[in-house]
Order: sequence, then structure tokens, then C-alpha cells
Amino acid sequence: MFSDEAPEPVTVLSDWRKSQQSERESRACQTRAVHSDEAQIQTTSTTTSSTQTEPQDQTSEQPLQQNHQPGPPDLKDFLQRIEETVITELVKNARGHAFDGFQANWGDHSQLVSCLHRLQHPIAQERDLHVTSVSWTCTGSVIACAYGRIDEGHWGTERSYLCTWNLNSQSLRPRQADLVIDVHTAITVLSCHPEKPALIAGGLYSGEVVIWDTSRTQDPVLALTGMSADSHREPIYQVAWVPLQEKGEFGVLSAGSGGRVLLWTVDSEQGRLVLKSAYALIQQQLPHNSSISLKAPGSSNVGVTSLALSVWDPDTFLVGSEGGLLLRCSFSSKTPAAVSTKDQTVTLRAPAVFSFRPHSGPVHSIHCSPFHRNLFVSAGTDGLAHLHSMLQPNPLMSLRVSETYVFQVEWSPTRPLVFAAATGQGEVQIFDLGRRSLRPVATIGQGTARQAATCLAFNRQSSHLLAVGNMDGTVGVWELSADLTEQNPRERSQLEQIANQVAE
Amino acid sequence: MYLFYFALQAEVEETLKRIEAHKGVIGTIVVNAEGIPIRTTLDNSTTVQYAGLLRHLTMKARSTVRDIDPQNDLTFLRIRSKKHEIMVAPENDFLLIVIQNPCE
Repeated sequence: MFSDEAPEPVTVLSDWRKSQQSERESRACQTRAVHSDEAQIQTTSTTTSSTQTEPQDQTSEQPLQQNHQPGPPDLKDFLQRIEETVITELVKNARGHAFDGFQANWGDHSQLVSCLHRLQHPIAQERDLHVTSVSWTCTGSVIACAYGRIDEGHWGTERSYLCTWNLNSQSLRPRQADLVIDVHTAITVLSCHPEKPALIAGGLYSGEVVIWDTSRTQDPVLALTGMSADSHREPIYQVAWVPLQEKGEFGVLSAGSGGRVLLWTVDSEQGRLVLKSAYALIQQQLPHNSSISLKAPGSSNVGVTSLALSVWDPDTFLVGSEGGLLLRCSFSSKTPAAVSTKDQTVTLRAPAVFSFRPHSGPVHSIHCSPFHRNLFVSAGTDGLAHLHSMLQPNPLMSLRVSETYVFQVEWSPTRPLVFAAATGQGEVQIFDLGRRSLRPVATIGQGTARQAATCLAFNRQSSHLLAVGNMDGTVGVWELSADLTEQNPRERSQLEQIANQVAE
Repeated sequence: MYLFYFALQAEVEETLKRIEAHKGVIGTIVVNAEGIPIRTTLDNSTTVQYAGLLRHLTMKARSTVRDIDPQNDLTFLRIRSKKHEIMVAPENDFLLIVIQNPCE
């Protein structure tokens, strides 16, 4: 029933190794050898050539006349025939006035004043900051704009901004300034360097004077007055670059409500402004003018609200005061000022030499004519623009500019008879003294918003541009029409006539 | 003959001097029929430029006048510019150019 079973062995071959092996492959790759070549080239031949003109022979011109002459008899007859006609025409021409004042208008000129850009810095606008000052750099392509406040009298610790826009740049964004510099307090005034486009001088509400160098990326402050006994302690209302005796050097003249006018030199290595000379305006030391009664209560200091330099006379500057006084001052004055000079390193001097008839309110702006050495225009809270001669106490002309304040007046850099005034009503009025009527020839307004225009600046390089700063925080760049920018041939003589008038 | 020639020459000079003595005259140029300046009080390059350009302009002006009315002819040409007044007295053989500054 049971039997032995001899099971046959079953051999199962392992093939895992084989199957693994079959999947293996080996490949190789190699880049080709990199070939490199070297070549050299050099020019070897040089040529020199020169040329020289023959010495001119004096006698060679004579034959030219003689050779080509078809004989003097013809020429003589010709000349005799036409002599009379030519002479009559010459005489007529010298006497005639038919073309006087005539000017052919060849170019295609724009007759309209139009707004090109409306620049704004949104952060400053959100905080309701006003544009306090605008200034064009010397190249005329960049506009610098300062923010601050003009309606507050108390000490502000608010931060403010200095913004610049390059109008010639392709990527101009009106709502985004090319450069924004944060400043710890309100900026009251700006002035660009007359030769170096990167330098901007500014006056602060705290009484400091700052020089910014916009080409420096790290720290744009180049120099600063700091707080010393010499510096201003009250808001600065005006800064100006003054050419110094050393050629090519400029100093900064600053004036503020403290009654001091200070001249600083820039020490860029130490980052400081060094006081060069100082002037103080003291009530008792003003030149006496019989028509003015000098009775001001309180402080004897005369708060300076505006300052202007004469283009023609480097020794003269004009000062307008909070009390409405208008003074001509001299840099070279030697009279010491009647104030206690303790703590002062530089002697204060009394600069005033002549006083004009005062305004009835603070003088916000003075500007000397770039075309006549004696003429200047001043304006202030009384809403009038007074045209003055340096030589006469009374104004030559008073023009009603606005019902409210006038914040700035400036002469056109190209038209001797034209000046512009920024008014508290928000318009800029442009006057042409060549017209018979004393009404503005153009009014630049911004339509609905009645926010005051606080400052304006003509562009000296491209004279058809006018920048206007507003209380709403915008800067308008306007293009002026041709008749506001192109000088007429008789304009200078008209200006001369106005300057030589005798005021009543 | 030679003396006569010089007498004429002197007379020509006299006439030109009389014209030049007038108020505001800057210079005179006499141009011959070929357009070559034969007398001038200006420097060489200015003379050549004036002579060439004004001769063209005068011929053009003359043809314009005669095209409009064949009986008419150009007698005198005055050009008023910002700086000067240029007067041209034309004739077949010669051209007298006088440059004047009327404002002087």
C-alpha cells in the first residue's frame, strides 16, 4: 500500500542577477575639445599731412577789379543813373519809421498759456502740507519743491519734504518725485545754486540753513548751520546765493524774522556753514525818512520777510520787513549794529542805507529787474505790486494785483516789461507794463479750487516755462504763450522811460 | 586814353563815396553781369556771399515782375531784415548792393 517515493529534484534557476544585468547599460559622452585661437592686430602705418595758406598778396585783389571791368565808362554811367535813386532810398530809410516795432512772426507760436504738468507728492498732500517754495536748477530741467506750512504761526515739529522732478526725463511721473528728501521740520524757502545743478540751499522753520547735494545718495545734507549763537533762531524767510569776491565761489545769504541777515560760506569738508558776515536791522538805526513815523511797539528788531539781490550792483541788497518797511542795504556797511554782541563771533553791522515808502503790511516778495539796474518790484499783504526805482522813495507805479495777499512777484527773464505775481486767490497774474491798461495780460488759474498760489519761478533756461506752487500741495508747470516770452525791439527803451519817470 | 581812364575811375570812386557817406551805410558792392563782384567795401567772403545770393534773388524778382506784366520791369529791390536793410539797384550789366543799418 505504501511504497517509497523518490521525488525527483526540481531545479529552479535563479535569474534575478540576469534580469538585473540586462537592464544595465553603459554610455559615454565627451564634448569636443575646445579650440582657442589668439589673434592680434595693430595698425602700423601713420600719415601726417599739413597745409598752409599762401601769404595773401595785396596786389592780387586789384587785378580782380581791373580784369573783369568791362570798362569804367559803363560802370560810371550805371552808377550815375542809379545814384539818385539809391540816395533817396537811403535817406528815406534813415528817416522812416514805417517798420518801427514791426516784427514778422515766422515761427508757429503757441498763443495759449497751458498747463504742462501738475506735480504732486501724495504723502505730503495727505498731510495737507503746502508748497512753500519752488526753484529751478541752473540747467533748467529739474524743479525743486519744498513742503511746509504757511498758515501756522506756532512751532512746528512736523516732518516735511524736499522733492525734485526732472521735466526732461522720459520717465517723468507727476505723482512720484524723482528724489524725496525728508526734513525734520518745515522748509520755508529754497534756492538752487546758480552754477552747480546738484546744490540746493534751503531755509527751515527752525532757523537753520541747509545745503543739500542731490547727487549724493547716502546723506544729501552737504552743510548745515546748526544751532549756535550766531545762527537764526526764528524762521527763515529767504535764502539766496551770493557771488563772493573769490572767483566762482558762492556764499549763502539768509534772512529771517529775527531781524538778522547772515552771509555764510560753505565748508563742505566739515559739513558746516561758516558765518562770513552778519547784519542786523534795528529799528533805531534805520535811515530816517520824513514821511514815515518809526513807532513800532515792542521789539526793536525788524523782522525780515523778503530779500532781493541786485544783478547789477554786487554791493546792494534789498530787504522787506514784517512791518512793511522797504530798505536798500549795502554789504560793505561799516556801522556796527546797536545790539549787545555777546556770544557773537562776527560783529553785527547795520546795513540799511536808504528807505523807501513802506507798504501797509508785510512785504512778501521783492525782485530786481534783470534788465534795468534801478528797477525793482515789491509786493505783500496789501495786494498791490509796487514798481520802484532804487533812487526814489516813492513807488513809480502801484498795480492792484489781488484782493487778498500777494505771495511772490518775479520779473520775466526774457521780457523786460513783464512780471508775474502769485496771489492768495490762487491765480498767477501776469502784467505787461507795455500795455496801456494796468490790468493783467494773463491770469493763470487752476479753475475750481481756490487755494492760494504760494510761490512761482520762471525758468531761466527755457523761458516759456513757469512753475507755480500751491497751498493744495501741487506744483503746476505752465507753458507761456509767445507774446509773454518774446521781447519786442522797443521794449528796453520803454523800460528805460518808466525807470526815468519821477514818482509823484 | 590812359588819363581818361583814370579820370573815369576817380568819378566812379566819388559816386560810391557819396553813397557810403550816408547815415547807417555798412557797405556797398558792385557786381558785374557775370555775377563777379568788382568793387566792394566789405571783406572777401561776405562780398562773395552777398553777390551770389542777391544776384539770384534779383533775377528771380525781376522775372516775377515781368511775368506778372510783361510791360513792367524791376527798378529797385529793398529787403528789410531784423538787422539790416539791403538795397539792390539792378541793371543788365551791373548790380549795386547797399547794406544799411536803419536803426543807427
